[in-house]
Amino acid sequence: MGELSVDHLLGIKYLNKKDIELIFETADHFKEVINRSIRKVPTLRDITIANIFFENSTRTKLSFELAEKRLSADVVNFSASQSSVKKGETLIDTVNNILSMKVDMVVMRHPNPGAGIFLSKHVDASIINAGDGAHEHPTQALLDSYSIREKLGDVGGKNVVIVGDILHSRVALSNIFALKLQGANVKVCGPKTLIPKHIEALGVQVETNLRRALEWCDVANMLRVQNERMDISYFPSTREYTQQFGVNKALLNSLDKQIVIMHPGPINRGVEITSDVADSNQSIILEQVENGVAIRMAVIYLLAAKK
Amino acid sequence: MSQKVLLTSKEINIILHRLACQLLENHLDFSNTALIGIQPRGVYLAERLTKILREDYKVKNIELGFLDITFYRDDFGRGDKTLKANTTKIDFLVEDKNVVFIDDVLYTGRSIRAALTAIQSFGRPSDIELLTLIDRRFSRHLPIQPNYRGRQVDAINEEKVKVMWKENDGEDVVYLVNK
Repeated sequence: MGELSVDHLLGIKYLNKKDIELIFETADHFKEVINRSIRKVPTLRDITIANIFFENSTRTKLSFELAEKRLSADVVNFSASQSSVKKGETLIDTVNNILSMKVDMVVMRHPNPGAGIFLSKHVDASIINAGDGAHEHPTQALLDSYSIREKLGDVGGKNVVIVGDILHSRVALSNIFALKLQGANVKVCGPKTLIPKHIEALGVQVETNLRRALEWCDVANMLRVQNERMDISYFPSTREYTQQFGVNKALLNSLDKQIVIMHPGPINRGVEITSDVADSNQSIILEQVENGVAIRMAVIYLLAAKK
Repeated sequence: MSQKVLLTSKEINIILHRLACQLLENHLDFSNTALIGIQPRGVYLAERLTKILREDYKVKNIELGFLDITFYRDDFGRGDKTLKANTTKIDFLVEDKNVVFIDDVLYTGRSIRAALTAIQSFGRPSDIELLTLIDRRFSRHLPIQPNYRGRQVDAINEEKVKVMWKENDGEDVVYLVNK
């Protein structure tokens, strides 16, 4: 019988390899469930989950909500833009008010790194971090690894390059933790200004030449340039960024192997990835989205079982 | 802990043949029948019966599926252990089929209750029957009874019925274990 070693999913950093394997095995079963003609199981019918989003999101929020509904949980949604947060309420007060309405689990996205960790110490509910600033986005990393495992059979021993805005990306950090935990080799690639100093300490290598990175890798995870988090200019122009770090079909065709292309979305078509690559059979972008629901069902199920 | 043998390998073999014949009597050529083994332990019994029907009674085209009930149980969050799921493998629609649930031991009836809910995800069967190797009577929590039973057993709650299969446990034998 398997059980997660944690009571909250705050980041991949707090998981061990066994946790990831358990989440993947459970997700396999849920993937079968969501491909049935009746895609719903009654497992969590007496569990209530609050989705609290202090930052915009479309696919993560949708994916969590679908996962919760496929498990028959009751769902309440809350977004900061239409709430008393604007009137000056603190995070703990907001969440405690929601918990007073008998909520068992909180899925939270917040612009501040560590918001989930802070909350988990002050409230009595399971917390799932759906992205905290530029810190972690654990379910995204889990679904990315799960998609690699599905496509290539295993994550261990594979060469994975994460390309783009590493500095502002929670997806990058969670992915690095998850991939290293499973024994993959990881490189990061992007303009020097968008690669954090000392990132080698996490066991990854830095590569500033995209072609060399692609020649080395089995999988390339293309990240979006997060303009909304940039307070200064990190590169001269979008056009120059695309020329140096954008993936296009001609570049992929010139490699002597076929690599797997991933993207956590939302895609800036024509910037980090061209349309013909995003829509090609090398890309598993839509599989990632499908797997996202199965992974989130698995995480919610396993955390709810610990209550 | 003491255990006594309830059924030997020879007795199990005779019972399996009898159950296969009873299924045959009611389902004839199995053209509109689906056998569903309940995960995890009902699968061995379902596979064994299918083998007997195919090889000894020359029934062709038996539809056999495996149903996992983990996500349909009514004790989620009440036990102390997380329940690990097993594979569900039903490659056909059960719509308008005569479904036979197959499980090794019928005890409280709660697993079968869960299976009745779970099977609805695969269509609306015309009817559902239940076959169990061991029927522990007097211990039911729900009004559920088998249509086909191997052996009826009077066991108290402190006792456990353990069904072992050659393919998984090395021998065919049923024990009554006193915890």
